[in-house]
Amino acid sequence: MPAMIQATGLTHYYGPHPAIQDVNFGVERGEILGFLGPNGAGKTTTMRIITGYMPPTRGAVSLDGYDVVEQSLQARKRIGYLPETVPLYTDMTVTGYLKYMGTLRGMSSKDINRRTSEVVDICRLGDYRKSFIGKLSKGFRQRVGVAQAILHEPEVLVLDEPTIGIDPIQVVETRRLIQDLGKAQTVVLSSHILPEVSMICQRVLIIHEGRIVAEDTPANLAQRLQGVNRLEVEITGPREDVLPALRRINGVSEVSYRGSQGRDVYSVLAQGGQDLRDEISRAVVSSGWSLLSMQLVGMSLEEIFLKLTTQEEL
Amino acid sequence: MRAVQAVAWKEIQVYFSSPTAYIIATIFLVLAGFFFVRDLGDPFPEASLSSFFQGVTIVLVLLAPVLTMRLMAEEQKLGTIELLLTSPVRDWEIVLGKYLASMVFFVGTMVLTLYYTILLFAFADPDPGPIYSGYLGLFLYGAAALSIGLLASTLTSNQIVAAAVAMGILLVLYFADAASGSLGTTASNVIGQIGIKSHFDDFERGVIDTRHVLYYVCVIAFFLFLTIRALETRRWR
Repeated sequence: MPAMIQATGLTHYYGPHPAIQDVNFGVERGEILGFLGPNGAGKTTTMRIITGYMPPTRGAVSLDGYDVVEQSLQARKRIGYLPETVPLYTDMTVTGYLKYMGTLRGMSSKDINRRTSEVVDICRLGDYRKSFIGKLSKGFRQRVGVAQAILHEPEVLVLDEPTIGIDPIQVVETRRLIQDLGKAQTVVLSSHILPEVSMICQRVLIIHEGRIVAEDTPANLAQRLQGVNRLEVEITGPREDVLPALRRINGVSEVSYRGSQGRDVYSVLAQGGQDLRDEISRAVVSSGWSLLSMQLVGMSLEEIFLKLTTQEEL
Repeated sequence: MRAVQAVAWKEIQVYFSSPTAYIIATIFLVLAGFFFVRDLGDPFPEASLSSFFQGVTIVLVLLAPVLTMRLMAEEQKLGTIELLLTSPVRDWEIVLGKYLASMVFFVGTMVLTLYYTILLFAFADPDPGPIYSGYLGLFLYGAAALSIGLLASTLTSNQIVAAAVAMGILLVLYFADAASGSLGTTASNVIGQIGIKSHFDDFERGVIDTRHVLYYVCVIAFFLFLTIRALETRRWR
């Protein structure tokens, strides 16, 4: 089966300035893809092109096989979109707005009524059905934005910074909601918050100055960039003996002590991404110490992100 | 067509839920009343709506832009245009829906002025012909003015700018035939022909000339076409 979204050679210029250059990616059905990048990296531009809001200067995007420029209506039917600014008609009520959006998406009035009450429940807008959108707080407006995006049960959901500007509890709720939606739908979301992307997404595209600089699963990205695995090992034993013992193990490149709160934790870096858990546990036990815990830690996305966007070593 | 209906219905609701529409309707009806009674003070008043029709044309130059200025400009200001243009709706459906909403409001206000016609028939014996043709002319004239207003609203996200541009275009068209007098020859003829007011006068006299009807239909079609194009090019900006 072809990919749900296939972008090839996307380039877009605002005047003489390229917003994105030669962006290529594919999104499989049911996948949650995250666009990660600092502000102005080209995330919004890419999303606007996917949704058919504006055509790319060069390149093409197909959505379920439909070209978003040439067969725009077919492609647009399959999309639910939450723009970054959450544009809403402030002089409409929540249900009035949802019904209007439903009609524009060509839903039957029966479907509109059914889905309106469903999404009102999903997005917890129950008490605000008849409220005017202009009177709602930012967090609730965000929910209305999400509600309209999922109203027509689109095959593809495009969410531009879905958790920006809402309070932490709502952020958690929104993330959970997106993960639920991702079970049945293809989701593309953008964010500049790294833990968020690594939490929600199955695959991450890191975009910087209009180019994709990395693409992988959050876990693989961490590993690939590190090139080495880091282990956090908790060992009871005299520190001055443990350190040299760990360093003697084949394949260990670096050991450092990071004790805290009476726990002796050592950070071990393995060369070339080897898994040294076996060797370490044997060495510890044969020396008569106790191995309390051992954990494989990748590089955090923050570290990767900084590394990529500051363009060191790459 | 469901999308056209949905857009139109939404805009009509917005008209009636905001004070702007009531203010416009009130100003319009007050002025229309002035024009209606203006000639009644004559020693030999004529039982006709001639004075009313003449006056209303200039009032519409000022009020039609106010009626249409919000329609597209606000979508651009709020950013809702992004959702509208990514919905599976064709550009012409959006434009037509918005246009119809302003037409419904305009026609509704016109209907309220039928009160003067009823008064005329109750207290005098007017010639019905010029009244029918005058209202047809007014309908076409207003429809043309609204199409110009809608184009202006599509070109900007600022409602005031939209209104100013539309008033500018309408004023130029309104006084075009007056200006043409000073030019003479072919140029004068051409400029005289594009005047939006000169095509109205025959209607008010009771003459329905297809040339004038065609003029207004062309103006409406031309400006709606430009509006659709302007919306399309918005995607490329």
